[in-house]
Amino acid sequence: MKAGHFAFTGECGPPKGANIDHLREKIAHLKGMVDAVNITDNQTAVVRMSSWAASTIVIQEGMEPNFQMVCRDRNRLAIQSDILGVYAMGVRNMLCLSGDHQSFGNHPQSKNVYDIDSMQLIALVKKMRDEGKFMNDEEIDGPPRLFIGAASNPFADPFEFRIHRLAMKIKAGADFIQTQCIYNMEKFREFMKMTVDMGLHEQCFILAGITPMKSVGMAQYMAKSVPGMDVPESLIKRLRGAGKGKVGEEGIKFALEQIEEFKEMKGIAGVHLMAIEWEHRVPEIAERAGVLPRPIV
Amino acid sequence: MIIADRKPIDEILDMIKGCNKILVLGCKGCVTVCNVGGSKEVGILASSLKIARKKEGLSVEIDEKTLERQCDPEYTDQIKDIVDNYDAVISMACGVGPQFLSEAYPNQRFLPAVNTTFFGGAVQHGIWAERCAGCGTCIIHYFDGMCPVARCSKSMLNGPCGGSAKGKCEISKDVDCVWDMIVRKKIEQGRLEDLLEVKPAKDWHTARDGGPRKSVREELVQ
Amino acid sequence: MRLSYPSNVKVIQVPCTGRIDIIHLLKAIEDGADGVYVAGCREGECHYLTGNLKAKKRVQYVKNLLDELGLEPERVEMFNLSAGEGPRFAEIAVEMVKRIKELGPSPVKIKKAA
Repeated sequence: MKAGHFAFTGECGPPKGANIDHLREKIAHLKGMVDAVNITDNQTAVVRMSSWAASTIVIQEGMEPNFQMVCRDRNRLAIQSDILGVYAMGVRNMLCLSGDHQSFGNHPQSKNVYDIDSMQLIALVKKMRDEGKFMNDEEIDGPPRLFIGAASNPFADPFEFRIHRLAMKIKAGADFIQTQCIYNMEKFREFMKMTVDMGLHEQCFILAGITPMKSVGMAQYMAKSVPGMDVPESLIKRLRGAGKGKVGEEGIKFALEQIEEFKEMKGIAGVHLMAIEWEHRVPEIAERAGVLPRPIV
Repeated sequence: MIIADRKPIDEILDMIKGCNKILVLGCKGCVTVCNVGGSKEVGILASSLKIARKKEGLSVEIDEKTLERQCDPEYTDQIKDIVDNYDAVISMACGVGPQFLSEAYPNQRFLPAVNTTFFGGAVQHGIWAERCAGCGTCIIHYFDGMCPVARCSKSMLNGPCGGSAKGKCEISKDVDCVWDMIVRKKIEQGRLEDLLEVKPAKDWHTARDGGPRKSVREELVQ
Repeated sequence: MRLSYPSNVKVIQVPCTGRIDIIHLLKAIEDGADGVYVAGCREGECHYLTGNLKAKKRVQYVKNLLDELGLEPERVEMFNLSAGEGPRFAEIAVEMVKRIKELGPSPVKIKKAA
């Protein structure tokens, strides 16, 4: 991104076990198609292989991971330990997230950690990197030089505060931002206009999040049951109108239209494609979006 | 005020298996105010236990008494002459009550009839909601009188998270997003800039995380 | 009106069903009543405005409690009628007695030692 190229990142969930065959397969689909791949951290509070372990495997497979860490499961001791560990193992990018509450997941009885929040985590990584100090101001023997990422959800409430939160995350130390997946382009354009007006796009690389809709059912589910998701009725209508068996193709068409717009949109440095469990379609999408071949920097 | 909910009857029946003479002890403090362990509820529990036993063809003798509070030796003393008459004593007070009683009367068994849940208040007659997490370092003045530690599911100090939707928390439509309320109030009161500085990580050592706590008023200790 | 209703219904008069509390219903069951019902004014016609609504909630509470205790919640019931509806009063009594006869005697009645 620093070289000025339009970035294209993907996402991959670690396996629900120690069996890494499927993970290797997914990485194989993504290799050469995306610049880096997000490795999720017990996403939706469902237990999977730890993000740091999966990230190191991804490095072994020849790809660059975006290591995700959530605040839900670790206290500040474990957080700082893991940051040192992943950096020593070759991870260079880290996303700092709050994490979906454990009541969503498959172990709702677990204890709530949330020692620090995502904003404080961003500030912590920056402190470790730039000041070479732990949270308690002790010196670090070998500071972790991580590229710090954060998430932004322009579609959550209260809308008028979301831009401020983005600004705060950038001020706290975020080098790059990935947004929640976008369907309401009008609202997103409004949000980006505010972002550019505040000059935030110059302080930080912003990647627009895209998840192609596979089915009408998926669109309806996301519209109703996923908090912070904004799926306009017009999109659901469009998907329905595509006809049986052709909805997935229509979903991809919409995603491709979005990518084209994002390439030209002021303030957008790239696209983050979250095709969860649809990784085998990523090469096709990348091809059709005209983002291949990926630049070697 | 401390809020509690009565345990399911079969759990209580299980606790008193084999006991034939029982005292049900209520408390006129918090559990009376939240209608779960006052003298009325003592009567209801006693009657329910009798019904359950009679149904099995068994008898049981149940006495009822309600103390001013069960968290003070001054009041727990009041049962010293009768406490040994029973096979077990069911306390309807919050978790503090049966523990104080157990310390005062080590030879008797004190059973908790309620599950103590949180510190809160009545938002409506019959409905109580959590307001305070007992973190030991009150910071509600930074948030216009609302506590994100107790009321945000993720105890965020720089909220809201990306799951806040239409003023509700991502975990349930029944839970208000306190951060939505804080942000709106700050905007209304013209104090939005209070939220734009990153609040540093909380020092949890004054909370239960730091270990069981004590509070001492030196001027009163004899 | 001199209408008859079954003789195994014992009537306890109260100024308003709002006066009836959970413990009264429970004690009746505890002391061996096979069934208890509350006859209050029609909703919206309570002289004291909300007494019969409170009674309804309390009856529901006792039903839930009986269920927890392993007794049939149908042994306790709430009915609404106006003071002038003599025939309805008799009808309710007959209905409730029939229901209780079908349920059988309350399991709480003192079991005679074998």
